[in-house]
Amino acid sequence: MTLRVVDLACARGPAQILAGVTFAVAPGEALILRGANGSGKTTLLRTLAGLTPPLAGEIITAPDAIAYAAHADGLKSQLSVGENLAFWAGVFGTKDTSAAIDAFHLGPLLDRRAGEMSAGQKRRLSLARLLVTGRPIWCLDEPTVSLDAENVARFAAAVTAHLGMGGSAIIATHIDLGLPMAQTLDITQFVAKRIRADDPFAEAMG
Amino acid sequence: MIALLKRDLMLAIRAGGGFGLSLAFFLIFTTLVPFGVGPQTGVLATIAPGILWLGALLACLLSLDRIFQLDWEDGTLDLIATSPVPLEGLAAIKALAHWLTTGLPLVVAAPALGLLLNLPAAGYLWLIASLLLGTPALSAIGTFGAALTVGIKRGGLLLSLLVLPLYMPTLIFGALCVVRGAAGQEALTPLLLVAGITLGSLAILPFAAAAALRVNLR
Repeated sequence: MTLRVVDLACARGPAQILAGVTFAVAPGEALILRGANGSGKTTLLRTLAGLTPPLAGEIITAPDAIAYAAHADGLKSQLSVGENLAFWAGVFGTKDTSAAIDAFHLGPLLDRRAGEMSAGQKRRLSLARLLVTGRPIWCLDEPTVSLDAENVARFAAAVTAHLGMGGSAIIATHIDLGLPMAQTLDITQFVAKRIRADDPFAEAMG
Repeated sequence: MIALLKRDLMLAIRAGGGFGLSLAFFLIFTTLVPFGVGPQTGVLATIAPGILWLGALLACLLSLDRIFQLDWEDGTLDLIATSPVPLEGLAAIKALAHWLTTGLPLVVAAPALGLLLNLPAAGYLWLIASLLLGTPALSAIGTFGAALTVGIKRGGLLLSLLVLPLYMPTLIFGALCVVRGAAGQEALTPLLLVAGITLGSLAILPFAAAAALRVNLR
């Protein structure tokens, strides 16, 4: 399933952030989003995930193809690692959590409550959720935050395996993951010149 | 959706889930009333239906801001919104979980507190019936209010201001049903009106709550 984005304009709140975003990601490919802080990587990913409606343009893909992982881990601190994964498996209608547990080496932590884990361990659990969703296109927002080198390698291996199975990934990151089939897209080129159409401040200062 | 319900119930029962807080509030609230108005049994019997309904309503209100706020804070709400579960379904399940953890215990505890307030014997059946049929409306309306205020820091007060006026019809007919039942009068009409409000809320408000969530998640 190819994800095709045509002339997309994204907004966050009242402000237009990006305009004219165009790219395509084929199965087996990864797209690395680059751009300075605040350039609109998160806004683009939230738009792709369907959380924010686009101002203009089109996102062409199968329905329910995109799995989104945000800055926030989305874990329940009172539930154990196993219960958190089982919950997401239930929500996405998949059964098997063992692949996700193995990929991020969560076996020893299975009965630990998420609230008692370190930031890096929480991140691993949060990324393991992606495998549980069973969706082909991953949209990841800074997935390697608070991961150590060993687990960054684990994450890269998981993404590579996902690409190998015909999945694809769009990853906003600042580090080099060493993915084989990765294009890089610098989104600074799409940053909208006009911040807000009806911005009285810009009007007065311009 | 069943996974969602199971998780919500599990979270409510686990430490820090707040299960039982509303019930404890209801107990204390109704226990305080005789201290406030004096122990004359005649006075207490007259005001018992209203106090019991008001107590149940305020106890419900207490736990409303947790419905979506916790999921919003830890990012779970964003992730659920991108999952196959429709937001309408999410709102309905949240209302159901809220009712199971808050409304249902109140219904069970109400007769014991009726005894404390000297509610006439004829009123108990109507008290249970009206609370059983009326509290789901409180949860559904409250879920809508919680969806409107999700993402607002300390939105609890705003939530109360939005939701309390919407609770008015349920309170009026619910308490009226118990008053008439306790006095031995015909009480079926207000009970049916309460049931009608509940059915209407359950049919419409999950959609309104989902629309509010969509706007707030942008």
